[in-house]
Amino acid sequence: MELESLYQQIILDHYKRKVGYGIDHGGYPSHQYNPTCGDEINLQVLLSADGNTIESIEWEGTGCSISQASASMLAAESKGMTLAEFETFAGGFREAMRSRGEIVLDEEEYGDLASLSGVSKFVARVKCAMLAWVAAEDSVTLTRGSLN
Amino acid sequence: MFSLDESERIRGAFPELRELVNGVPLVYLDTAATALRPTGPVERESTFALTRTAAVNRGAHTLAAEATEAYDDARATIATFIGARPNDLVFTSSATEAINLIALACRLASAVGGPARFALSAGDEIVHTESEHHANLIPWQEVAKATGATLRIAPVTDGGVLTVAAVESVLTDRTRVVAFPSVSNVLGIINPVRAISDAAHRVGALVVLDACQSASHTTLAVTESGADFIAFSAHKMYGPTGIGGLWGTAASLAEMPTVLTGGSMITRVDFDSADYLPAPAKFEPGTPRLTQAIGWAESIRFLDDIGMDRVADHESSLGAELYRLLSAVDGVRILGTDEGVDRVGLVSFAVDGVHPHDAGQFLDSKGIAVRVGHHCAQPLHKRLGVDSSTRISLGVHSTLAEVEFAVDALAQVRAFFGVA
Repeated sequence: MELESLYQQIILDHYKRKVGYGIDHGGYPSHQYNPTCGDEINLQVLLSADGNTIESIEWEGTGCSISQASASMLAAESKGMTLAEFETFAGGFREAMRSRGEIVLDEEEYGDLASLSGVSKFVARVKCAMLAWVAAEDSVTLTRGSLN
Repeated sequence: MFSLDESERIRGAFPELRELVNGVPLVYLDTAATALRPTGPVERESTFALTRTAAVNRGAHTLAAEATEAYDDARATIATFIGARPNDLVFTSSATEAINLIALACRLASAVGGPARFALSAGDEIVHTESEHHANLIPWQEVAKATGATLRIAPVTDGGVLTVAAVESVLTDRTRVVAFPSVSNVLGIINPVRAISDAAHRVGALVVLDACQSASHTTLAVTESGADFIAFSAHKMYGPTGIGGLWGTAASLAEMPTVLTGGSMITRVDFDSADYLPAPAKFEPGTPRLTQAIGWAESIRFLDDIGMDRVADHESSLGAELYRLLSAVDGVRILGTDEGVDRVGLVSFAVDGVHPHDAGQFLDSKGIAVRVGHHCAQPLHKRLGVDSSTRISLGVHSTLAEVEFAVDALAQVRAFFGVA
């Protein structure tokens, strides 16, 4: 498998730029850890006052370029989504990651995240790409729980 | 190092080395995780399974008798290889299980008040080291939890060196167990085993040595180690998975309570009590790991045919060259010194600005198989100031050309990820 199909330039750019890096506000962060490689992330989804829309995603963590770029892109692309939209969005991303190269993410819909499509061919790396997403879903659950 | 001819001959025994991975030839530098399998031992194992499978220690028919004899022979072969008496070698499922058997024996003895050597109580101390991997760490954490004993940790230097003085600094008259590795699976440094064992014995502690990383790379002379117990595994010695060894001194094994019980380990059985056979049978309840033992013994013969002294010499010379070449690569930081210590052919390192997973993926695209992550030694990585690392480990089939190829590839990693 071609290395370039995994590491597109845009991924390496996000790895360096890290959109949303730094937890600056109070919220309900989720800590996720990948025991096989030691990667970890602390990520929180900040919701609008009515609890229905994603205002921003803040995160900190250490990990490989795939896990860090995935978190950065997630923060960039999910801003302003309703939670219903986000659920569909995350479901589609997860399905693509588990597709072993069968599903290529639509660039219109997924923006920079589409560049992570190649990860699904590298089974050992799927968890890297999913780390931030698991944290985001968990943080949404924690945040919603606090509103009830 | 082996001559080119000999290297070629040895490499010929490993079919995986002729495989293409992602369209390129495999360069296997992950023996410390699991060693490749040579043809001879696998064929011996499969031929035995196909023609000689029968119940060990049961039945009077010819095949059963032959199976029993083959099983005993396998034990004798492996025992001889480590300088042990066959009856002092217990087959387990893995080195991890071997260590757990001792730890569980300690918990059992602590609960029922003896035997004294294995019984711990609140205030007693268990010593392990900062260079420990999880298999020789977690079982002792559990013993501490169950008995109220305290864990004391012998520090390593910034260069990863475990000194006798460091171990002595945490020994007290309450030290009951000292658990340490012959070679750290991250650092590759050979520890001063005998001196640490002796220091531990001076305070009356049980010595539990994890020899997984040295068993196939240096001669393992169990009695010279001074340890009471030694754990090691077949799959790091070119043998099958699913089998490992627990060696103990005859006195230690005789005294150690068994936590696994059942058939094959008994003499007289009544409905309410039973008498047990002596070691090793005492620790091997149930149907034995017959084909695995046969395969392991054959992998030992494979090593013996080359000669362990020569294997050790080849791997340590090649390892020294690997260390030297890696040291010269910009942005590579090696974990563990090479000054004033003996090493096996294993080097872990961090690449500045590149996560080990990414470095490993880059190497994989060139067919180079290395270990990335924390190598089941999270606390040690923290101690050395990194989350994880990349590890190159050599085997009997490794060559200078492979080492140079891997180092060349590593020299390109930082540029690929845009950090150089």
